[in-house]
Amino acid sequence: MAGIEIEEAEKELMEAPKYPLTMDEYKKTLKEGKLLGLRCGACGEVTCPPMMVCQRCGSKELEKIEMSGKGELMTLTVINVPPEGFEGPYIVCLVKTAEGPWIPARLDYDISKLTPEVLGKTVELKEGLTLPGDKYSAGERVVPVFKVVE
Amino acid sequence: MRDVAVIGVGHTKFGKSEKGNIELFAEAAIQAMEEAGVGKGDIEALFVGNCLGGMAEGVANIAPFLAWELNLGTIPATRFEGACASATVAFRDAYMWVASGAYDMVLAGGTERTLVMGTPFATRTFAMGSDRFESQTGLTFPGVFAMAAVLYSKVHGIPLDKLREKMAHVSIKNHKHGAINPKAQFYKKYGNLKVEDVLNSPMIAYPLTLLDCCPFSDGGTAAILCSADIARKFTDEPIYVLGTGQASGGPLGRQEDYTKFPARVASARMAFKQAGLSPKDIQVLEAHDCFTIAEIILLECCGFFDWGTAADATEEGQTDIGGVIPTNPSGGLLGKGHPVGATGVSQIYAIVEQLLGKAVKGNQVDPVPEIGMTDNLGGDGATLAHVILGRSRRKK
Ligand SMILES: [Zn+2]
Repeated sequence: MAGIEIEEAEKELMEAPKYPLTMDEYKKTLKEGKLLGLRCGACGEVTCPPMMVCQRCGSKELEKIEMSGKGELMTLTVINVPPEGFEGPYIVCLVKTAEGPWIPARLDYDISKLTPEVLGKTVELKEGLTLPGDKYSAGERVVPVFKVVE
Repeated sequence: MRDVAVIGVGHTKFGKSEKGNIELFAEAAIQAMEEAGVGKGDIEALFVGNCLGGMAEGVANIAPFLAWELNLGTIPATRFEGACASATVAFRDAYMWVASGAYDMVLAGGTERTLVMGTPFATRTFAMGSDRFESQTGLTFPGVFAMAAVLYSKVHGIPLDKLREKMAHVSIKNHKHGAINPKAQFYKKYGNLKVEDVLNSPMIAYPLTLLDCCPFSDGGTAAILCSADIARKFTDEPIYVLGTGQASGGPLGRQEDYTKFPARVASARMAFKQAGLSPKDIQVLEAHDCFTIAEIILLECCGFFDWGTAADATEEGQTDIGGVIPTNPSGGLLGKGHPVGATGVSQIYAIVEQLLGKAVKGNQVDPVPEIGMTDNLGGDGATLAHVILGRSRRKK
């Protein structure tokens, strides 16, 4: 009879590539105030938010790490007209983490006092903010919130 | 690869429409087919750009219904989705299939209806084009380019208030042209804006105001592509595809300084290389000015100006008719409107019009240009596509 044994097919599935850090796990951990990333065993580069392979060398040898939560504020905006399901205004920013990768986040800052002077400042992770999901978000949203270190 | 020509184009009025995605595309397609004098039996495939049909109308798999809508028989029909670049990607694939010899003639275009969704939900659906971790934060599409403006100011050491004034000139120029284009959403509107009007309009995402942003729009566009060898059977003035490019970019955080969108640089270079041309050969440009800062950034990424100089060049009038590179004489996305999945072929339509000398007085580049280019961006610099068109065939 042509074909392979069912045990062989099961083994193949078991050994198939697995996503190293799912969005689900990343969000659950962020909710507890921990920002997770992936360190490459081949080149040492850190990838955050998670991806399937190292974002420098493409290696699949990735190890979950907790990020320091420290970084530099690279750019920001104030969202006055938010998407349905969000309440504005709020600040969205890109933070260059101490480990290297730039990540999207919210900034906890008094919008009425916001000036371009805040750019380049050192920031640190304040919390993982949980926001309700909608029909299109595949569950609730969890967002890293940073604060400026005075 | 064979040479390919455009032999007919169609374009609905942009703006608020009571018509749906099928109706908008059908109107543009019939216009293009009539112009080319082609129909069932000539067209061998249909490629349509559409991004948000599922959200706006609850419609999936629109392409086969469009083929039957136009009575084109059982020809293969496929929807292309690359956010705002959807129609350029559809056009480029049509070009590839004809150039390869697989088909002699393809109908390509795009259609989109967004205004029916209302601003909050339309804003939500546009944000779906962003990376999954970005959209979690509540980042909007204006927000992406607002952060680009802040980053541009920081990278090039131009104070943000000064940069905002320079950006306003993009809005003034493109609205000036849109106001005299009858197909534009803002026809007869905003034709005489001042810098202060742009700076003082409502703040959408700091530092972008409403007049820094393109509108939500409805519209349909179409083009007929065929092998250059048979083009003259259908028209005395075929417009030739000289080069195309397409490239992909990842999340903003991965692109880092995204005022230099890596995919835009790659896609533009690909198109120039294929055409054997350089930016100085382009006499008219239709480009993705979804926001004022976006036009400044794209002019640099495509090589028309050095890094950090396009804002000054814009203020000096170098991007208007008579300048170094006339950009968006149709009104662009800011003045003409931006029906997402249709925009790419609206740009093709505008360049074909320019190369045939058929744009309205005031928007027509004079003398009639020989070579024009389109630049289109989808999402946060995720899908980039370029097309170079000319009145003469490619030099071998
Ligand atoms: Zn690596």
